Amino acid sequence: MMKPRDALTYLILTVLGLLTVMPFVLMALLSLMTQAQSMAYPPSFWPAPVTWANYQQALSAAGLGRYFLNSLIVAVVTTAGQLLFSSMAGYAFARFRFPGREPLFLLVLATMMIPTQVNLVPLFSLMANLGLVDTYAALILPGLVGAFGVFLMRQAFLAFPTELEDAALIDGLSPWGTFWRIALPLSAPALASLGIFSFVTAWNAFLWPLVVTNSDTLFTLPVGLAAFKSSFREVTDWGVLMAATTLTIAPAVIAFLLGQKHFVRGLAAGAVKE
Amino acid sequence: MSKRHPARGSEARWALVFLLPALVGLGLFNAVPTIHSFYLSFTRWNFLGTPRFVGLENYRDLFADSLFYQVLGQTLLYATATVVGEVVLALGLALLLARPLKGMAVFRTAFFLPVVTSLVAVAILWGWIYDPQLGVLNWALGKLGVAPIAWLSEPGWAMAAVVILSIWKGLGYNVILLLAGLSAIPTQYEEAAMVDGANGFQRLASVTLPLLAPTLFLVITVALINAFQAFDAIYMLTGGGPANATNVMVFWLYKQAFQYYHVGKASAIAYVLFAIVLAVTWAQWRVRKQWVHLES
Repeated sequence: MMKPRDALTYLILTVLGLLTVMPFVLMALLSLMTQAQSMAYPPSFWPAPVTWANYQQALSAAGLGRYFLNSLIVAVVTTAGQLLFSSMAGYAFARFRFPGREPLFLLVLATMMIPTQVNLVPLFSLMANLGLVDTYAALILPGLVGAFGVFLMRQAFLAFPTELEDAALIDGLSPWGTFWRIALPLSAPALASLGIFSFVTAWNAFLWPLVVTNSDTLFTLPVGLAAFKSSFREVTDWGVLMAATTLTIAPAVIAFLLGQKHFVRGLAAGAVKE
Repeated sequence: MSKRHPARGSEARWALVFLLPALVGLGLFNAVPTIHSFYLSFTRWNFLGTPRFVGLENYRDLFADSLFYQVLGQTLLYATATVVGEVVLALGLALLLARPLKGMAVFRTAFFLPVVTSLVAVAILWGWIYDPQLGVLNWALGKLGVAPIAWLSEPGWAMAAVVILSIWKGLGYNVILLLAGLSAIPTQYEEAAMVDGANGFQRLASVTLPLLAPTLFLVITVALINAFQAFDAIYMLTGGGPANATNVMVFWLYKQAFQYYHVGKASAIAYVLFAIVLAVTWAQWRVRKQWVHLES
């Protein structure tokens, strides 16, 4: 027999949990409805008949297939860059000694305090001057390196025993060899956290891709989705729109579900630092 | 470090190699633009030709513009409402989730789900939820006997609509952080209080919450800074309307720069935002120092 307090806890959590998840459920259901049914009032909640046409339409006619590909390219390359460059810098800050190390690290941390919107216009201007507006390079470059990643990896590398480098030295490894063959593999959990975090952040980015792309062959999913939504003049086909949003949300959700532990740990580490 | 490490000089050289990509990236795409932005806020420019230096004119115009105060006020209102909602609710949830019951992981996942989703996508989803005729919210309210609300076309309700969406989206993140904070509180304190005969609420008020204060504080600060930078939801749900009722700093900045090409003005807005964020961070740091003092 459950204690009444526990039962109450479960009740509250279930109600609030359902409320939280309900919009996604409705979204998925709507995506399977014909336009006629999606416009019905009072709203019907069960697709009858179930139609996959919305997804087909979203992927081809609405161009989501292309947007999906663009998001994938940008997110994967950005994540790879973040993983490599952040771990290199984190390793240097954690394992090497050199003059000015602490002040330099503080400077890196300081960049985290700058709201990204402060850099929006100059970055755009820079891309324009380099002739990179409306290119993959412009979408990817600013996100390749981030202070958060450096902070996270430094944290991870600080935990290694100093004997690590000694042992590697005896084995004749160069500092790069030590980093690449020993330290990096050992930091896999931190890399997983940073990787998932970077991927999701890059996948969901909106303001910068919005600003720096014009042609819809280059739109990432959020930008393409916004354009798609505003393309409906009088009547919105909610079914197709919901199929499009489901396609946009799905990869991030999957990535999250697969690597929940890492994702959450990375977020918590970034905040509960001091 | 080990004395058998290579000579100091070569260590510094290696450090440079390892640091170079990150430093170049952060310098080029972070530090330099920040300074450039500062310069631009003192100019008049529309992306063509060269910027024309105008001194403090942008800032003077800004502080004399009633729209500036409206946008600033709305930003503060949005931020406060969102943060209060998503922190108080998250605290309650975290306290419940911290209890040693089975299946808590499932609930944690459920609450966190909105956090990883694209704000553009969920804004479209909530655009449907808020739809006055077709949306499920008015339908549900109708079942409770409430008249349909014009969520997105009435100024007061539009702001509420955006705030609700933001709370729903950001809740899970705060829950995770607060759970981490709760798990760091040593159980001896709670146990001691129980031995002393304190009931649940008394334990909460005199043991748990004070020990959770640093984490709570951090959560509030992070949420606040995030809320000041709101853009996606407003762009997608209301476009700043109706009649500028949901216009906030970043959205206004975006329109000034990329619709009206008032680059100087946009940069000035950006720096006012920057100043606010810095002020919040500084305030947090000061109060944190006080707290640590009080604790020791």
